[in-house]
Amino acid sequence: MTDTLSHDTTANVHPTLDAPIINRVPPLVVARNLTKYYGSIKAVDGVDVVAYPGEILGIVGESGSGKSTVLRLLNLEEATNGGVYNLQISGLTNTNLFELDRFDKRDVRVHHIGIVYQNPHLGLRMRYSASGNVAERLLITGERTFRTLRSKSNDSLLASEFPLDRVDDPPSVLSGGMQQRVQLAKAIALQPELLLLDEPTTGLDVSIQATVLDTLKRIQRLRTITMILVSHDLGVIRTLADRVMVMRNGRVVEQGLTDQILEDPQDPYTQQLVHAKL
Amino acid sequence: MSLTDLAQPNQGYSYAFLDAFAKRELRRRILKGIAIPGYQVPYASRELPIARGWGTGGLQVTLSLVGPDDTVKVIDQGADDSVNAANLRRFITRMSGAETTTDANAATIIQSRHRIPEEILGEHHALVLQVPNPEPLRRVEPDMAKARILHADADYGQMWLVLYEQLVRFGRYIQGAAYPVMVHERFVMAPSPIPRWDTPALHQSAHLTLLSAGREKRLYAVPPYTNVYPLEFTDVPFEVEDQREWACRTTGARNKFLNELPMDDGSSQFELSDTGYMEKLVNQQRGEPITVGTTYYDDEGNFYHDGYLKPRYNGERPSDA
Repeated sequence: MTDTLSHDTTANVHPTLDAPIINRVPPLVVARNLTKYYGSIKAVDGVDVVAYPGEILGIVGESGSGKSTVLRLLNLEEATNGGVYNLQISGLTNTNLFELDRFDKRDVRVHHIGIVYQNPHLGLRMRYSASGNVAERLLITGERTFRTLRSKSNDSLLASEFPLDRVDDPPSVLSGGMQQRVQLAKAIALQPELLLLDEPTTGLDVSIQATVLDTLKRIQRLRTITMILVSHDLGVIRTLADRVMVMRNGRVVEQGLTDQILEDPQDPYTQQLVHAKL
Repeated sequence: MSLTDLAQPNQGYSYAFLDAFAKRELRRRILKGIAIPGYQVPYASRELPIARGWGTGGLQVTLSLVGPDDTVKVIDQGADDSVNAANLRRFITRMSGAETTTDANAATIIQSRHRIPEEILGEHHALVLQVPNPEPLRRVEPDMAKARILHADADYGQMWLVLYEQLVRFGRYIQGAAYPVMVHERFVMAPSPIPRWDTPALHQSAHLTLLSAGREKRLYAVPPYTNVYPLEFTDVPFEVEDQREWACRTTGARNKFLNELPMDDGSSQFELSDTGYMEKLVNQQRGEPITVGTTYYDDEGNFYHDGYLKPRYNGERPSDA
């Protein structure tokens, strides 16, 4: 009896850390105490990220607040200075992904995580064809039939609403919006559980931005992918995110439901951010 | 008896030119290369009386293998009589006392630039290929350190992507020489710039193949009876050069690797690339008692390992799909 009680108390030591529960299922992403230093600079300083299956978690903050670094850590691109990162995926449930070796990290990244960068140069091979960029993902997993590669990459490009008559053009000759669609197609080619979006529409004009956001929303509905969206654009966050985290100087200053945060910000910085919106 | 009587006369150079330490280093590296088929072993490449890039890699391997009982053949793009081949051959025999030959069957060590002889090599052969660029990943990953990590992880997705792009753009594999191969189901290897025609000859071969790049200071090996498969998609087979319509103007030989000789009137004539083999054919046709060995491809163009080369691709190209 006492055992159960003490167990309950330990489980509730940090009851306030979790965001309001909008899902009764366990979270897909649980990252605790993420820490990253660049020299003496604390880029990310003890950030917790929890995302539930099928939800879109927004991360906002000014430039240099550490939001992109959080995303890179979640994509296992960089070494951490501390923290625990779990994905609720069969076979990986109790594994701290930061402790995997290089080969296993790549495996997790290829199969379970997709990423769209703000700068397409980071995510795409600009001189290979668009379909080749998507097919690369499938090639890494060992697909060796040309026709299958071709049809699967076309399916993925179609899902991201990329015009099929341009699948053999290299991204270097495509417009910014199309480049983002190729990145998106590449990211969702292997049906990942988690999609990371780093300012996916920054730098696009407003009408293209809207159609790319539409595509993202549709993919999220159809495929129930969990998305973590980093943006400094509150409009994008308001359109897409279910829940939002506000970051500043490597820390989370406020988090909650998107409406709640944007309509009734509590933290002085968030208030300033919301009011600064033009 | 004095010390002077016991000592060797002063030669000014070691046997086979390289000093004992250099040869020991090379032999150790060669053994490592054989133990890990297709793996590029770094080695201390020495200065030689020829410039880097002119066959120093192959020459060092040959010099570290050669003994007075060996017979050496040197090939330069199929030819025994090019200036470079002749000079290398003369140098090797002067430094080691080994016999030289142009007959592939009679040789024990064959140093070659970019060709494998037409006749099937046996267990008594060591084939030494000169390699300008040992790194198959260089064109997709210029950073050598990163390329080695890719090799360690057997992460060859980008190599396949290059082939995919070729099919998308041209409907066929357009890589002519140095076609990437998978050795022993583990390492992707650049088989030196041998034509696609010669690539299958490395598969389950009776002979030992050593590949050495003197400028890049890497050597690697395909031990006898090792699997070597070209990278190919399951539905688009790897093909060797299509020379079915061509015949050698001197010997009439067909389905061997032929050089195209442009004529003044715009037409073309063809001649065997392997001059040692052509010499034997010519002498045989003159009635001399010469036995010409079996070749990798028979006169109908069938490769000696049945089923290794898939039927040629006819009709619709995959990019039409």
